[in-house]
Amino acid sequence: MGAAVETFYDVIRRQGITRRSFVKFCNLTAASLGLGPVAATEMAHALETKPRIPVIWMHGLECTCCSESFIRSAHPLVKDVVLSMISLDYDDTIMAAAGHQAEAILEETRQKYKGQYILAVEGNPPLNEDGMFCIDGGRPFVEKLKEMAADAMAVIAWGACASWGCVQAAKPNPTQAVPIDKVIKDKPIIKVPGCPPIAEVMTGVVTYVTTFGKLPTLDRQGRPEMFYSQRIHDKCYRRPHFDAGQFVEAWDDESARKGYCLYKMGCKGPTTYNACSTVRWNGGVSFPIQSGHGCIGCSEEGFWDKGSFYDRLTTIRQFGVEATADQIGMAAAGAVVAGVAVHTAATVVKRLTSGSHKSDS
Amino acid sequence: MGIQTPNGFNLDNSGQRIVVDPVTRIEGHLRVEVNVDSSNVIRNAVSTGTMWRGIEVILKGRDPRDAWAFTERICGVCTGTHALTSVRAVENALGIMIPENANTIRNIMQLTLQVHDHIVHFYHLHALDWVDVVSALSADPKATSQLAQSISDWPLSSPGYFKDLQNRLKKFVESGQLGPFKNGYWGHAAYKLPPEANLMAVAHYLEALDFQKEIVKIHTIYGGKNPHPNWLVGGVPCAINVDGIGAVGAVNMERLNLVSSIIDQMIAFTEQVYLPDLKAIGSFYKDWLYGGGLSGKSVMSYGDIPEHANDYTDASLKMPRGVILNGNLSEIFPIDLTAPDEVQEFVTHSWYKYPDETKGLHPWDGVTEPNFVLGPNAKGTKTNIEALDEAAKYSFIKSPRWKGNAVEVGPLARYIIGYAQGKPEFKEPADKLLTDLGLPVTALFSTLGRTAARALECQWAVHQLRYFQDKLMASIAAGDLNTANTTKWKPETWDKEVKGVGFTEAPRGALAHWVKIKDGKIDNYQCVVPTTWNGSPRDAAGNIGAFEAALMDTPLADPEKPLEVLRTLHSFDPCLACSTHVMSPDGQDMATVTVR
Repeated sequence: MGAAVETFYDVIRRQGITRRSFVKFCNLTAASLGLGPVAATEMAHALETKPRIPVIWMHGLECTCCSESFIRSAHPLVKDVVLSMISLDYDDTIMAAAGHQAEAILEETRQKYKGQYILAVEGNPPLNEDGMFCIDGGRPFVEKLKEMAADAMAVIAWGACASWGCVQAAKPNPTQAVPIDKVIKDKPIIKVPGCPPIAEVMTGVVTYVTTFGKLPTLDRQGRPEMFYSQRIHDKCYRRPHFDAGQFVEAWDDESARKGYCLYKMGCKGPTTYNACSTVRWNGGVSFPIQSGHGCIGCSEEGFWDKGSFYDRLTTIRQFGVEATADQIGMAAAGAVVAGVAVHTAATVVKRLTSGSHKSDS
Repeated sequence: MGIQTPNGFNLDNSGQRIVVDPVTRIEGHLRVEVNVDSSNVIRNAVSTGTMWRGIEVILKGRDPRDAWAFTERICGVCTGTHALTSVRAVENALGIMIPENANTIRNIMQLTLQVHDHIVHFYHLHALDWVDVVSALSADPKATSQLAQSISDWPLSSPGYFKDLQNRLKKFVESGQLGPFKNGYWGHAAYKLPPEANLMAVAHYLEALDFQKEIVKIHTIYGGKNPHPNWLVGGVPCAINVDGIGAVGAVNMERLNLVSSIIDQMIAFTEQVYLPDLKAIGSFYKDWLYGGGLSGKSVMSYGDIPEHANDYTDASLKMPRGVILNGNLSEIFPIDLTAPDEVQEFVTHSWYKYPDETKGLHPWDGVTEPNFVLGPNAKGTKTNIEALDEAAKYSFIKSPRWKGNAVEVGPLARYIIGYAQGKPEFKEPADKLLTDLGLPVTALFSTLGRTAARALECQWAVHQLRYFQDKLMASIAAGDLNTANTTKWKPETWDKEVKGVGFTEAPRGALAHWVKIKDGKIDNYQCVVPTTWNGSPRDAAGNIGAFEAALMDTPLADPEKPLEVLRTLHSFDPCLACSTHVMSPDGQDMATVTVR
């Protein structure tokens, strides 16, 4: 081992994390694995001496957009993540090894790093045909997924596939593809939805764990609150046009050229929890609404089956204006409901009464 | 046992069987089995797509204007190319004409994808088949600098630069945690580069990783995000406004300048890094000319990048179009995607059911009912396959054929067709590269040729990007800001029953979607994609597909470490999520499912 190599423990200590917090993290992780205090001590020892947290990145039924997004990360650069922050020991999209040399890494990781590796899952397992609609190494992907999850410290569900099911699980879901929490029941799962998720959100989640030595705070649906607690609509730069009743009425009309609100063109920003309108995409260059197309709601569960992407949000139930995902969940429990159309009408009425020029038809 | 295939290969599966599963550094799930003779030469090859998602049945009954978003999710690597194919198919069905600016912006989107895909493929999916990372540790940084400066004027080439990089690499390796480089075939006899060339290539692997994220910003500007930018039936979603109120909410001068600046960087990187690397690496492998497969026999390209909006004739398409059969470069056949006897899919050796499996079906009439069964000679069990039986069904990929012929598609196919047509923009760079390497034109028909064609195409594409961005600027200067035609946006304006086809050349090759629309909804949707052509299993007549053909007769230095198999497979840039998504609405019974 090179003397100059920083361990996971060194890194988090440098960030100001106390020894006490670190030990607590190890104890909680060991407990989540159903292991005793001895295992927690071993885990702490490993994280103090091993330089980087091993990450096993598996692919089920998917399109690889999550991997492609991950490598787009501008801060941190993905090369720095891979060379200096984590040990990406298995990822079939980029790894040098193939065949049984690749398979061997999975078994070695389970044994050598029991309870110390992160399992990152892109895509999801199909359950039909005994799982054989996704075969990996001659076996059903779902079996390998369960095996690798059994000894993981924590699981990251990348994207809409692993989190909710995504396109192959859209009706009628011919392969019976399911989100990973349907087959992994006993592990903390961080859901990072989106098709794909934003690159800097992905690396943000990974580096949060490696920097602070703990898992991020999750909302009730398992998403990191730091990125998924507000709707795109709440932070959209076109929101003033919504409030002013200024809407695009047809593609490429005068209003489109002025950057008015895309609500009438089917924008799902009012019901979509994601960081697109704040973090934006590809180093902050733009996001769907800024480039003229409505949000299609790709980080929401079942977004493929909620009508056309161009249908206006009149039928989808909506809640208060500046609420977090969890507050809305609470509200739903209490049956406090208002429609998005009501929200629109209310703001427009306000405009009209103060002498505005345009009504929401 | 020896078998002679109709397309000219002698198969013998009597020798040692070698299985590579998973094949890594590709998109999706692929398994390959080969038999080698006593001299470790491949005498039989079996390529198997091992995933299936059923996107097309999911499309049935949906709004055709939404289809681009569904089909775009077939693949996140060639992101956008399925979406473009889809909007073209729907526009073809509904008779929608798009504005010139929309055509130009779509070309810019598609060319940006080509460049991104080719660069990422070469450096991050393919390079490690030629480049030994561990060998780079023993390179002399000063000699590496001399090598780099002798082949290019790329500024990142000082001895200090390579020394720092080597130190970082050393520290990484000494940590004992090799990450993605763990268990690679380092030190393999088939690696031919000196340590200095390896170090230079590793430096460019990392530089390309940094740079590729810049390329896609063009998608972000015109499409809002990448991967999976947004598209629109009838045009493009981004409006243009360069001189008026609200321009900050549209494609404005600042946005156009950003696109232009990225194109300049793409030209620089391609010409100062990618092409010199290709040449330098190629010069050490020019004796390794295996892997030609079907490329010297039968190749096909649909063509793409229309100069004029709505004009998909050969004259308008800037990427070449046509089919070459049986190595006869003097005859190029035209393609009609609507003809029932041209493009057909067979399932004789695929895990699907047809009423008559000796016949192929045109995509408009396609049937796809999954039928996962292993042959009598397969080894292992249904859920633990040790070896497949290629005499039976053995892949989730169908076998598409053009008039019954197995063909190769992709950058090499495009270059061979462009070369055969005598088009100087394809012929001259290819001839120059061959001359520089001291190779005859037949050397193109190889794994190396496939890899080289991709680099040449990348260079062609970056200059086309400059051309189309300038064309867009000229159009705006002339006062044309139109980006969408909405006269047929509303379903009420559509005919009751229509069908259409759309095509593109994806980075990996010929791609087409066939759609039937009835009462405003999708009635049938079929995609035939590049990796379906290249990765196809045997057909009813016994013709082997392009992957299988390319692996034939290749010697392996060490069958335990089949580096040569990976090298040739990767040269196709396989995309398995694309190739194995297929399912027609006829497989309706799949809609009733049992959860375990």
